[in-house]
Amino acid sequence: MKQEPIIEITDMVAKYGERTVLDGISVNIYPGEITVILGGSGCGKTTLLKNMLRLYEPHSGSVKFCGTEILSMGEREFDEVLKQVGMLFQNGALLNSISVYDNVSIPLEQHTRLSRAIRDRIIRVKLHLVGLSEAIYKFPSELSGGMKKRAALARAMALDPMILFCDEPSAGLDPITSEALDELILSLKRQLGMTIVIVTHELASIHRIADKIIFLDDGKMLFNGTLAEAEKAAIPQIDHFFAVGRF
Amino acid sequence: MRVQNNTLYLEGDFLKNDIPRLESAIFAQIKGKQIKTIDLGGISRIDSAGVALLDELHQKLAATIGILFFKSASLEVQAVIDTFTTLSLKDFGSKRRVGFYETLGEMLLSGIQQFWQTLILASEIFYYSLVGLVNRRKQRKGSLTQQMLLLGFDALPIVGLLSFIIGFIIALQSAALLRDFGANVFIADLMSVSIVRELSPLITAIIVAGRSGSAIASEIATMQVTEELDALKMMALNPIRYVVVPKFHAITIVMPILIVFSILIGMIGGGIIAMGYLKLSIEVFYARSINILSVKDLLISFGKSIWFAWVIVIIGSHFGFQVKGGAEGVGKATTQAVVSSIFAVIIFDAIFSLLYL
Repeated sequence: MKQEPIIEITDMVAKYGERTVLDGISVNIYPGEITVILGGSGCGKTTLLKNMLRLYEPHSGSVKFCGTEILSMGEREFDEVLKQVGMLFQNGALLNSISVYDNVSIPLEQHTRLSRAIRDRIIRVKLHLVGLSEAIYKFPSELSGGMKKRAALARAMALDPMILFCDEPSAGLDPITSEALDELILSLKRQLGMTIVIVTHELASIHRIADKIIFLDDGKMLFNGTLAEAEKAAIPQIDHFFAVGRF
Repeated sequence: MRVQNNTLYLEGDFLKNDIPRLESAIFAQIKGKQIKTIDLGGISRIDSAGVALLDELHQKLAATIGILFFKSASLEVQAVIDTFTTLSLKDFGSKRRVGFYETLGEMLLSGIQQFWQTLILASEIFYYSLVGLVNRRKQRKGSLTQQMLLLGFDALPIVGLLSFIIGFIIALQSAALLRDFGANVFIADLMSVSIVRELSPLITAIIVAGRSGSAIASEIATMQVTEELDALKMMALNPIRYVVVPKFHAITIVMPILIVFSILIGMIGGGIIAMGYLKLSIEVFYARSINILSVKDLLISFGKSIWFAWVIVIIGSHFGFQVKGGAEGVGKATTQAVVSSIFAVIIFDAIFSLLYL
């Protein structure tokens, strides 16, 4: 039996002023899969991610989450959707005025009625999973770029979201940290059945974790399928991407 | 959920929305009972909050009975437990609480350190300013004019407006009292002395501290967090000489001009009351305003204004250079610069008043 998609995007068009950034994108994201969005710089990867989550309003099209249209949802209704979604931003986007512990604590404090002891255990284990146990009370300004990103991942995972979106999680990280992050993403998928959507350029990372890839070029979707299929598809832009390793 | 033969049987979903209810129910159920084993066979779904609850349960029960066993978890549930358990985590302790005296001591030490750093910075600024007078290399061309416009010319409207209002209000408040004593003519003396010696330098310095002090601090702090200052150093340019000295020279020139402007406008504000309310002629008001002043008054006024200007630039630069962190740090540095500059200006004004009574 074919699985129902967790996210269903149909004919999405996004524009910056008169410039069309996404041109009629239609794609489904299935539960328990890691979907990687690929493409050269400025091809619309991050824009697609942000339009899916209504951080930007698409010009037209439809986005369904578990079968329900989210673009026309009211704010309260959409907040309930967001509680099931985690987002790792490109630069972490931690709140600088509070500690790492307090950053991870925000969603737990605001969206659950868990006791302090339970919250404390969740925060500690999430920070342990991303390897930040010893930086728990540090402030974001005291962390390196990679640590910030890992702390932000711990915050994104705080509520055990159904779906996790990561915007360039490996960018700026050393290969060892990057591999560890990929392992963590894989374990989230395997052990929690989490659906993960990742925007990345890192070829090594793509080979390690991708179940499906979506390849964008100049705002259009050139390919949607598995990595093996992509390598056999004989699409020049994709071949060039894999040959050069990085746009 | 039930307890049988010293075993607690858990059932159903252990997800974050169920945990608050389950936590109180479980602890109520096991109260006063000897639990040696927890059977997880009935748990269908679990997340990190559920695992945290099991860990909490384990820690509390194990503390009383010694050893506690979990059993019968399904493979899926066991995998989640293995991922999220906190039982094997090294304890990094809780956040250290800082006592009152420790905070006080830290504040004192930090204050001394800040003061010392400010003195060092001030000495460097003075040194490079003197060097900059004879050798203008290693400064951006046109930066002095640009800074004079920014710190001086752009401040004219707000300095003028506030000086007029303050002159007007002081004259208005004094006028009624002076008229009761038939001392109308002394309004000119009062206005002249208070505005020239005290109000104009102080009000102008406070406006410049709020306006230009914050701009200086935020500009330098932004340059610091975006590594622009490091870039200057790597181009063999001293950031103090390149960034601060043009501001220092500019504010030294424009501050006395702003004071003269403030005095004139303040006196016009007072003059309106003197002539309109107290019926003084313009000749009398003008003559008495000038006669009451001595050269010493003017020197004190200008001396103060230049000193205040230097204080504002030095403090603004100090907080700019000391910034840590990103945007948050820039905001903090700007606020600290403005508050400290205004505080320092008022303290130095009090010292000037005591020295040159």
